[in-house]
Amino acid sequence: MLSIEEVENQVISEFEIYDDWLDRYNYLIEMGKSLPVIDPKHKIDNNLIHGCQSRVWLHAEHENGKIYFTADSDAVITRGIISLLVRVFDNRTPDEIINANLDFINTIGLTQHLSPTRSNGLASMIKQIKIYALAFKTKE
Amino acid sequence: MNIKQDIEKIRSDFPILSREIYGKPLVYFDNAATTQKPSVVIDALTKYYTEQNSNVHRGAHHLSNLASETFEQARIKVQKYINARSIHEIIFTSGTTESLNLVAASYGKKFIGKGDEIIVSELEHHSNIVPWQILCEQTGAVLRVIPMLDDGTLDFEAYLKLLNPRTKMVSVTHVSNSLGTIVPIKKIIDAAHELNIPVTIDGAQASAHMAIDVQELGCDFYCFSGHKTFAPMGIGVLYGREELLEVMPPFKSGGEMIKIVTFSKTTFNDLPFRFEAGTPNVGGAIALGTALEYIQDIGLNFIAEREKALLDYLNKQLSTVKEIRFIGTAPEKTSVVSFLIDKIHPYDAGAIIDRFGVAVRTGNHCTQPIMEHYDIPGTIRASLSFYNTEKEIDVLIGAIEKVKKMLY
Repeated sequence: MLSIEEVENQVISEFEIYDDWLDRYNYLIEMGKSLPVIDPKHKIDNNLIHGCQSRVWLHAEHENGKIYFTADSDAVITRGIISLLVRVFDNRTPDEIINANLDFINTIGLTQHLSPTRSNGLASMIKQIKIYALAFKTKE
Repeated sequence: MNIKQDIEKIRSDFPILSREIYGKPLVYFDNAATTQKPSVVIDALTKYYTEQNSNVHRGAHHLSNLASETFEQARIKVQKYINARSIHEIIFTSGTTESLNLVAASYGKKFIGKGDEIIVSELEHHSNIVPWQILCEQTGAVLRVIPMLDDGTLDFEAYLKLLNPRTKMVSVTHVSNSLGTIVPIKKIIDAAHELNIPVTIDGAQASAHMAIDVQELGCDFYCFSGHKTFAPMGIGVLYGREELLEVMPPFKSGGEMIKIVTFSKTTFNDLPFRFEAGTPNVGGAIALGTALEYIQDIGLNFIAEREKALLDYLNKQLSTVKEIRFIGTAPEKTSVVSFLIDKIHPYDAGAIIDRFGVAVRTGNHCTQPIMEHYDIPGTIRASLSFYNTEKEIDVLIGAIEKVKKMLY
């Protein structure tokens, strides 16, 4: 299995293929389609991430020392963004997530090219993933 | 000159309209959020800071007198623009939000108490809901809401039923910011006045589009923002009937609003200065005066005709896209169109439309109750001004076609 950093580098090189942002949105939309489907029973208000203007649900489970994420959003570009994060952080130990370097988000220019509200949403998603990692770590 | 030449000439008055976004010409359809500024307004601001900057009403020196004089001339321009009786009725604020907060806090504190009722409408911007809610929490007054019909007009019959002897204020919007509905405020004011109930009008979305005559309307308070009226941000107006302003307590306190201060007692200044604590936004006020003159030069009739033509064209072109659902279809509207594309989240649409250099707003537009009414997460809103063109509308329609291609 690839390390977090290796997956991040993969994402960077996939993004670099496209120089037009419409194509990058297309790529995100496609990626959203591969997102592990969240069980409807986890699509509850408690799993909503605050700070996103479209709705984003993120569910995390902790098993054998690893964290597994499923997610969904009612906006497809947002679903692409959360699926990008799930791809990087799924099936990792809490420590891997806590210590992960997130420079790839800046490298692919995601923050700068999203509207401020979406950019805040992205920050909230990352924060929520890290909070899950911290919470599961203290339980271990 | 024909219309096309007129529009070209007008567009050249607004430097920002010639810039590009992502290598494409800017199509600015977010005028309900803020309007662009003509060169005369930008120049007025520069001129003030280059040649006249000084604090007002304080110094006995030449510059201070000059700044004070220009500042007071701006007040007269505002007075004339809305046909107020006197300059005492024109308070400079930071914008509509502050104007509404001033009325709620000052008038409300003195005249509204436990069990009294305040009427707002379902069409209100949060700025005309929250200050009244806070007042209700502080005083035990009750907020009542005029419901909206599905086309985005207000239920006037329901409004009449809400009016009662306990009603102490009616505060409604002149034009809905998210739907563009023009509210028949004259009828609303007249009905309230029959019971001697004062009326506050949120004019933020009206001041750039139609003639406002506060005497003819008879409203007690009228609020609007400079930045939605081609003037800079951070300047706004509260018009208040002098008899009411006279008996209202100060809103903020500090310099300028006082007459005599001793440690035992402070005497407050006369109108309008009593409500302008601290150093006012002198440059902003002067530039607002210039912006109002600019509007008058263009002509409110021309603006109304032009914006009606643009609204009709936008509606017509959007109607050719069968997946479009219009949100708010009131017969009387400003040039604001809120819509959704079937099965597409407004944020996704907005992100793609943006890449075409088209500035539309997506979201709830600070009117969550309206979104709740339609049970939608938000809308895509195109809000046009007289400097927009039919060609720009075609660019938006092209962008919508691209949204469909990418997301269906």
